[in-house]
Amino acid sequence: MQTFVDALKFIADNPGLFWEKTIDHLTLSGAAVAVALVIAIPLGVWLGHIHRGSFIAINAANIGRALPSLALISIGLGILGVGFLNVLVAMVILAVPPMLTNAYVAVDGVDQDAVEAARGMGMTPLQVLLHVELPLALPLLFAGIRTSTVYVIATAALASIAGGKSLGDIILNQPTYGFAGVIGGAIAVAALAFAAEGVFALVQRAVTPRGLRDERAGRLIGPAIEGV
Amino acid sequence: MNGGDLSAQGPVIPKFQEGSECIRENGQFCWGWFQSNFDSVFVPRIVEHIELTVIAVGIGLVIALVAALFAYRYGWFDTPFTIFSGFLYTIPSLALFQLLVPITGLSWTSAEIALVSYTLLILFRNILTGLRDVPDEVKEAARGMGLTSGQMLTRVELPLAMPAIMAGIRIATVTTISLTTVAAFIGAGGLGQPIFNALQGGFKTQFVASGVLAVLLALVADGALVILQRVLTPWARARVRTA
Repeated sequence: MQTFVDALKFIADNPGLFWEKTIDHLTLSGAAVAVALVIAIPLGVWLGHIHRGSFIAINAANIGRALPSLALISIGLGILGVGFLNVLVAMVILAVPPMLTNAYVAVDGVDQDAVEAARGMGMTPLQVLLHVELPLALPLLFAGIRTSTVYVIATAALASIAGGKSLGDIILNQPTYGFAGVIGGAIAVAALAFAAEGVFALVQRAVTPRGLRDERAGRLIGPAIEGV
Repeated sequence: MNGGDLSAQGPVIPKFQEGSECIRENGQFCWGWFQSNFDSVFVPRIVEHIELTVIAVGIGLVIALVAALFAYRYGWFDTPFTIFSGFLYTIPSLALFQLLVPITGLSWTSAEIALVSYTLLILFRNILTGLRDVPDEVKEAARGMGLTSGQMLTRVELPLAMPAIMAGIRIATVTTISLTTVAAFIGAGGLGQPIFNALQGGFKTQFVASGVLAVLLALVADGALVILQRVLTPWARARVRTA
């Protein structure tokens, strides 16, 4: 227990260090999530809209899960060397699959009666996508972004071995920060993951259309692990 | 430290190796070095990696199965256990491994506790969902045939839940293989160890080889479990349940 007290004391004594590393951590994570969003969401939504490519979209999640984050960073160290690019590439590769799969499943799974009705009202395919499919798909789509983001925040800690700046710098640098620092860093990373999870849960609730809230509430607890 | 020992400052030439050109220039992947060091550097790590994974998934399965059966009978248990295991699942691996060090030391035990705690949410959710998805008509029929609740569980409910359970085991195994690489940071061995060892000297071949082997291990395990899933649940082949 004393160790944890020391660790908290270390955090309290070094607010500047933790603030700086937390900002670095969030910047790195934010960059990876942003790149992954641009790649995964349009592709997943489009595939879901045309109901094609289920094989790719579903298996993306399976393959993505099979890629150990540390292994990707390590391969990147050998091929791309130390630095931001290596880390970013590894984190984007990890962040894309959950987003892609969820975006696909979300749009593909929209109630076809609703889509038919919208079409019957004379909506163009684009209007159907924007006014019907996307709003109904939003909760599940967002769940994918949430899973990816929490995953990326966890991975950013490891990125520090390859020159990505993050709270991992503190955890992995016992010679400089001592054992209290290592544990302090670990506490900070865990706290950051919980904070992200909490914020995303709130946003997810906010973006869920009111009519869907009760019906889907049960499915949206926790990360989307069953492949949805 | 293992055969991949590198002197901390010097050139990145592994010991006992008359440096080939590739090694002297620290090429991206020196096939010759990999071949001659595979048995000594990587094989023991692969074995450790598999051991850590199998034990973690095994213990996790026992805990999750008990919890899921309990939650299946007593519905109120579902939410608290989901929140508890979800809480564990959210803690980043590097942090959880380190946080256990003051409690259980730089040890194999710390690694296993962390690895087991990551399997719980996945296995619990999948087992419980599988059990709950057993159609009511089937249960009625079984009850009508005079099966006791114990017989119902072992002969009807668990077999019908098998595809979902196997899907859970598959996800849990692959996730654990991935997280086990991180366990090397607290000295638990596995394929993360050569990565960790190579950090000091920056020997590229060792980075690439360890990383690729870890990815291959995960993919092979995933494939093997898909095959096992099909063998165990031949009736489910028609409605494939991709996890």
